[in-house]
Amino acid sequence: MSLTLLNVIAAVVIAVGFAALNAAYLVWAERRGAARIQRRPGPNINGPLGLLQPPLDGIKLMAKQLTIPGGADRALFIAAPVLAMFPAIMSFVTIPFSETIVARNMNVGVLMIFAFAAMGSMSLLFAGWSSRNKYAMMSSIRAVSQAVAYEIPMLITTITVVMISGSMDLMEIVRQQSGSILHWNIFPIFGNSHNLLMPFSFLIFFTCTLAETNRAPFDLGEAESELVAGFHTEYGSMGFGLFFMGEYANIVIGACLTTILFLGGWNCPFGLFPGVWWFLLKIYLLIATFIWIRWTFPRTTIYGLLNLSWKILIPLSLFNLLFTAGLLKVF
Amino acid sequence: MIAYFSDIYHGLISLLVGMGITFREFIKPPVTVAYPYETLTMCARYRGHIELLADDEGNPNCVVCGLCERACPSECISITSVKPEGSKKKVLTGYTLDFTRCSLCGSCVESCNFSAIAFSREYNLASSRKEDFHIDLFKRLEEKKR
Repeated sequence: MSLTLLNVIAAVVIAVGFAALNAAYLVWAERRGAARIQRRPGPNINGPLGLLQPPLDGIKLMAKQLTIPGGADRALFIAAPVLAMFPAIMSFVTIPFSETIVARNMNVGVLMIFAFAAMGSMSLLFAGWSSRNKYAMMSSIRAVSQAVAYEIPMLITTITVVMISGSMDLMEIVRQQSGSILHWNIFPIFGNSHNLLMPFSFLIFFTCTLAETNRAPFDLGEAESELVAGFHTEYGSMGFGLFFMGEYANIVIGACLTTILFLGGWNCPFGLFPGVWWFLLKIYLLIATFIWIRWTFPRTTIYGLLNLSWKILIPLSLFNLLFTAGLLKVF
Repeated sequence: MIAYFSDIYHGLISLLVGMGITFREFIKPPVTVAYPYETLTMCARYRGHIELLADDEGNPNCVVCGLCERACPSECISITSVKPEGSKKKVLTGYTLDFTRCSLCGSCVESCNFSAIAFSREYNLASSRKEDFHIDLFKRLEEKKR
């Protein structure tokens, strides 16, 4: 397939469309799920099952005026929401959905995704700094300290997986988990690692994904009870909308990455109906768990959050890294 | 060291227990009532504003004794009546309730010896105009008769 301009445009439209549709309908799924957990119906007026709610919300947000507070840094203030959305869409470039469905596979795919994920916290810092609002400022400080704290165990756990597979290529990592459900990286005994601690690595990685995407119970950046609305206090209209969409796009990326690194990507469990739907099924199950966790646990404190990372996750993941390295040397 | 690991272990277990509880709630049906589309029937002892009661022919039970008017601590009730020529009894011509001052104490209902007034089950009372709460109960009764 030659890389024509038309192909590129089509790919960009599909990627942006996928991210935007996911963001819109995950909000719907989140609200419906929250409602079920709290035993109420949730949005059910607009369209069947309330399915027209996300587009209507989008139209409402776009129709509103974007106000810029006095004294704000205008350029950064406008750039921040775009920067929140952009790394999320960029990361979709290298995520393989199946053997054939991938925009551009590269041999440092893992590295690229983490590089763009690190940019996400920059947008939060820009938003908090530029809006000239003490709550936004405090929230962005929190968000950045949180991102730093949780990127460390996440990266260490990723290094563990990369060591096992010996490649940073996402497709190669998935290929090494093919063959059987027992070859998935989450299962310890018959996999490539023989590492009994792999389920714990998965747990550490999953927890870090929650924290990295600023999801409850780690959504300290937008703690309403303390910080009004957090870093997007001063944002209205589509500026807020982009932050919101960026958050949900990041959730999809996190679920994709967890699936690729631990759950065997598009590999089917028992050789049943191989195809891209296994990948989609796995990521949406993970996202459902994200939503389930959000509506189960109350928000932690900032101390609890940092303690969990520095005192528990980082030592455990470091030990895990050493242990894996030792096992790889022995076998 | 043991305390450190047992903390992690028990913390994890408690998280799973919490998730189990929300999952059980998830599969149960909703308990809320979608208010404007469906309503609950009001309970029998609900105290709405008062209402005039009628006999079988639809005429008010009220004999215009004025006990409710006097029993009311906030002077919400005003009654008008006429005494037709040659009749011994007064006939009710107007019964207005000033609901802006009523505290639903029920003294009027208690004082009535002819079961002429009772609490209504009305609760959809919202208006931006004060006049809407000067309720003409006599007119409501007439409308109900029709």
